[in-house]
Amino acid sequence: MSTLAHVISAVVAGVVQVGVVCVGGPLLLGLMRKVRSRLEGRTGAPVHQPLLDLRKLFAKQRVSPEQSSWIFPAGPVVLVATAVAVAAISPLATTHPPLGQSSDFFAIVFVLLLGSVFIALGALDTGAPFGGMGSSRAMTIGALAEPALLVAILAMSIPAHTSNLPALVRLGLVHPAVLVSPTRILALGSFLVVILAESGRLPVDNPNTHLELTMIHEAMVLEYAGPDLGLTILGESMRLMLLLGLLVNLLIPWGVANRPGALLFGVGIVVLAAKVAVAGAAIAVFEVFTAKLRLFRLPELLAGGFILAVLGVVTAVVSR
Amino acid sequence: MTIRSVLQAVVHPHHVTEDLGPAPAATENLAASLHGSLQIRHVDAGSCNGCELEITSAFGPVYDAERFGVRLVASPRHADALLVTGPVTKNMVGPLIKTYEATPEPRIVIALGDCARDCGVFRGGYGVEGAVDAVLAVDVHIAGCPPHPEAIIEALRGLTTQ
Repeated sequence: MSTLAHVISAVVAGVVQVGVVCVGGPLLLGLMRKVRSRLEGRTGAPVHQPLLDLRKLFAKQRVSPEQSSWIFPAGPVVLVATAVAVAAISPLATTHPPLGQSSDFFAIVFVLLLGSVFIALGALDTGAPFGGMGSSRAMTIGALAEPALLVAILAMSIPAHTSNLPALVRLGLVHPAVLVSPTRILALGSFLVVILAESGRLPVDNPNTHLELTMIHEAMVLEYAGPDLGLTILGESMRLMLLLGLLVNLLIPWGVANRPGALLFGVGIVVLAAKVAVAGAAIAVFEVFTAKLRLFRLPELLAGGFILAVLGVVTAVVSR
Repeated sequence: MTIRSVLQAVVHPHHVTEDLGPAPAATENLAASLHGSLQIRHVDAGSCNGCELEITSAFGPVYDAERFGVRLVASPRHADALLVTGPVTKNMVGPLIKTYEATPEPRIVIALGDCARDCGVFRGGYGVEGAVDAVLAVDVHIAGCPPHPEAIIEALRGLTTQ
């Protein structure tokens, strides 16, 4: 195959991954709501309801608070842009994504965080009291969750001698023994805690709350309307799908295409959808049986995640 | 709960939800821009809370309005429709207009209950400004004191056509 063919196939793979995450994120949200309502004894909205919501929102009027500047509308755009960038270069369905050499795990996590920071800035920009309250809470939780994530990535990188994300997934495919090593398991446990905190799920934040005083993520997006709100919902759901996709691919990498080829890539997409759906449904079931933690109890949970990550590093260093 | 009973609840739920039949005819002009999705901001303009009980019931497990694409939201900025209950009291005229102005267009006003139409038993009260249509243009009215959850859901399904 010529270089040109390689470039074209890489670009196609990137575009398909972005498309799958764009549509799959809202569907994942719908699936999680469906599982939750079934367990509550209700029928629940159809799984594709978030897509209907988005279609309607993008046709609505855009409303901005009087005092807000360019940061307010920029927040949702940056959120979606970072999610699209990460979706293109992550090893979701193939271990050879476009620009795979540069998709470092640290870089990917902090590109995703850039979106959260812009949403927090946009909420501060409104001047509304709930926006500032939500931002300060979200940043507090972020500051507690990020160190755990950094150490967890460090733990996974020590046995692999690299923090390149496709290489980490490939290592699991080539040497499955890595997957049951205590290092990987402890690091992924820590990663799961961080995912719950970063994507505003229970027990950290209740995505269904109507009480402004208990809100974290919802409080930040209270002022967004129409297309801006649509972008925020799309970006948040894409982020959840990306984080869950990375988690399941690091935990159970089988199904991810390790060689180029359209058939293997197609199988990779289907397997990714199935794995993320199972993970999302499991989180929804967990949420039904869990109450939101008090804000002052959250550091204990996140410190627990940090300890898991540190133990992961210790086992990695000891077993070298 | 065991894992098996959880799976059973997801795959074969013990429905307490009532079957409400096929969707009613679409409410003219209003349903087109919604594409089967309706987010509602509820505004209590001076209600006795009878209507609120019925709204809660309409969104509970038995009537489950969410299955027809309706959701209650926490901010008028997220809403397509305002669900106004009660006669509009003098103190709530300003907040009601502000809420309406904060809602992005196209926006729908739903007046819920007899008080919202003609002030009901509160007519002539010293604190009452008037019915909802004295303050805002009402698009949909749901009759009853308080309206049955079935009546609330039928009006909402006319908007989502689900």
